Amino acid sequence: MTDVNVKMEALAGVDPNALPLQVKDLHVEFRTRNGIAHAVNGVSFDLRAGETRAILGESGCGKSVTAQAIMGILDSPPGFVTGGEILYRGVDLLKLPESERRKVRANRIAMIFQDALSALNPVFTVGFQLAELFRMHRGMSRQDAKARAVELLDLVKIPAARQRVNDYPHQFSGGMRQRVMIAMALALDPEVLIADEPTTALDVTVQAQIMALLAELQRERNMGLVLITHDMGVVADVADRISVMYAGRVIEEAGVDDIYASPAHPYTKGLLESIPRLDLKGQELSAIKGLPPALTNIPPGCAFNPRCRYTQEVCREDPVPPLYQVSPSRTAACHFWKEVKGDE
Amino acid sequence: MGRYVIRRLLQFIPTVLGTMFLLHYITSLAIQFSGNPVRALFGDRTPPPALLQAITERLGYGDPCLDRKGDPCLWRAAEDGGGLLGSGYELGLFFDRLHGIFFNFDFGINLRQQEVTDLVANAIPFTLKLLVIAIVFEAVVGIAAGVLAGLRGGSFLDYMVKISTVFVISVPIFVLGLVVREFVGVKFGNVLRGQDWIPDLISVGVFSPVFKPDYPLASLIIPGMVLGSVSLATTARLTRTSIMENVRADYVRTAKAKGLTNKRVIGVHTLRNSLIPVITFLGVDIGAAMAGAVVTETIFNVPGIGRLVTMSARTGESSVVIGVVTMLVLVVLLANLLVDILYAVLDPRIRYE
Repeated sequence: MTDVNVKMEALAGVDPNALPLQVKDLHVEFRTRNGIAHAVNGVSFDLRAGETRAILGESGCGKSVTAQAIMGILDSPPGFVTGGEILYRGVDLLKLPESERRKVRANRIAMIFQDALSALNPVFTVGFQLAELFRMHRGMSRQDAKARAVELLDLVKIPAARQRVNDYPHQFSGGMRQRVMIAMALALDPEVLIADEPTTALDVTVQAQIMALLAELQRERNMGLVLITHDMGVVADVADRISVMYAGRVIEEAGVDDIYASPAHPYTKGLLESIPRLDLKGQELSAIKGLPPALTNIPPGCAFNPRCRYTQEVCREDPVPPLYQVSPSRTAACHFWKEVKGDE
Repeated sequence: MGRYVIRRLLQFIPTVLGTMFLLHYITSLAIQFSGNPVRALFGDRTPPPALLQAITERLGYGDPCLDRKGDPCLWRAAEDGGGLLGSGYELGLFFDRLHGIFFNFDFGINLRQQEVTDLVANAIPFTLKLLVIAIVFEAVVGIAAGVLAGLRGGSFLDYMVKISTVFVISVPIFVLGLVVREFVGVKFGNVLRGQDWIPDLISVGVFSPVFKPDYPLASLIIPGMVLGSVSLATTARLTRTSIMENVRADYVRTAKAKGLTNKRVIGVHTLRNSLIPVITFLGVDIGAAMAGAVVTETIFNVPGIGRLVTMSARTGESSVVIGVVTMLVLVVLLANLLVDILYAVLDPRIRYE
């Protein structure tokens, strides 16, 4: 896969020593008829080469929107990035003209989507959709590009790749389709891979295979992986660091072991307690009461306060809780993080 | 696929026979109630009964069932008294016609003793040209307008397309045709014809109020556009909705995430999917355009199939009506079959067993 990078155009201002991905205070809003939905309200995180960063949160907390903002593929209108920086090796992608930004996609930062059946174009063969990347970004001939497509299908362990390259997406099983998606994302050897709930649409055994494949390919290429998920089990297996999101904010950020051992935010704690456990078989599942707030109407103060058992007056008032430094390598946005962490 | 095509072709048989019987019965009823069409040949004069009888027999209107009101002409009393299975009856006019058409390729003759096959052969090039102009016009303009409107939903252009299409859809084609002939062909055409610097091809040909044999293609352009305009509106709306639906599709987002140019995201990934329903519509529309051609050709005096059918229906020449309409039915059926096959080619998810 060495020749792939040969024809890649240089991006001005790239600092090879800077982090592959840094998101700083990102704000995204959706301007709809029913008002402005504040989907992302100041998300920050770093990603090192070879590191896996999980972004965890329930549906509608802004994790997919964050991913789309990084890729620059928000539906706009109604979606707008209203503030912050997205740095790829020191270059702010938000300041790049669209023609430059386009070349970052797939080449340097690639993305895997949740539902591979709808994310692959139904009327083109997977070979065409893979080869397209080489033809458009590397100027390869159809024939060479097709050969590369076969190699890629081999890479993601699709049996009989030479024949399957001419099949259409609907002729693949769910797991095989997700492998095709992975092949497509890795085609141009990106430094950062964003996987938006890559296993949600799959059954459990296939989930494990896909995650193992992703982890293996990531290790081989020393690639940074942003794993967006709501599945605590998947996170525990593969993530290095975790950002927990709630109502468009990161409310806790820590290494995976710290979070699982002693969550410092009541929301994280609630999420962990809601994992079904074998030793508590037969007992009622613990769940976080209530619903996440509507993004058009986020409560003042801590957005989690209506559902939180630690809530006091200070939580209901602006400003929102700052990110407290829980330890040198972790932060949590809760006024009472000591109590949360302590009564474990 | 092969078996599917064969099954579809077999389904043609009842459709064609049913259509033919319906036409046969309607034209027979017309003769039974309004009298022998051959009389029309003599105008006001009363022909000698022997001559009338001879011509009537010659033209195929001699069957006694045509004198009995309401008789479907399916059977007649056998002359030798034996008939089919000794019933005293044998197969009647309808079966004579079927036998003639399918076994001898004899579609009969009109009142002037011209072969129906010749009449059709002379008329069909005009209708085909008219249809091609109409379909090309509606496909090119309709798809272009639909794509532009669909990509910018809610824009000024989108509203223009929406409003103008409602306007076109709600005006019947015979009204539109007459208005266009009067204002474009006559009034505007007269202004053009008054200018020396405009070539005759434009002023006399294109902007002629009726078909001109001297300009066989140019003078069909405006009738063709009239014929295509109603379906053009439908095409534009269908394309617009389809595009709006598809630009939000997940695979379009994937295409963007692949770093493809906007041109390619729209032109390759969105358009191909969006056009599947549009092309299906255009195929089915060939049938509707044929029906429209009857009106358009009559208004603009185009000597095509449509006018042939109208004139023959007026004079009660049942053989012409049956022959021509049967051919039209076959054309429409074949067009629909082709569309279904094309559909499977465009959308690989469709498989015919």
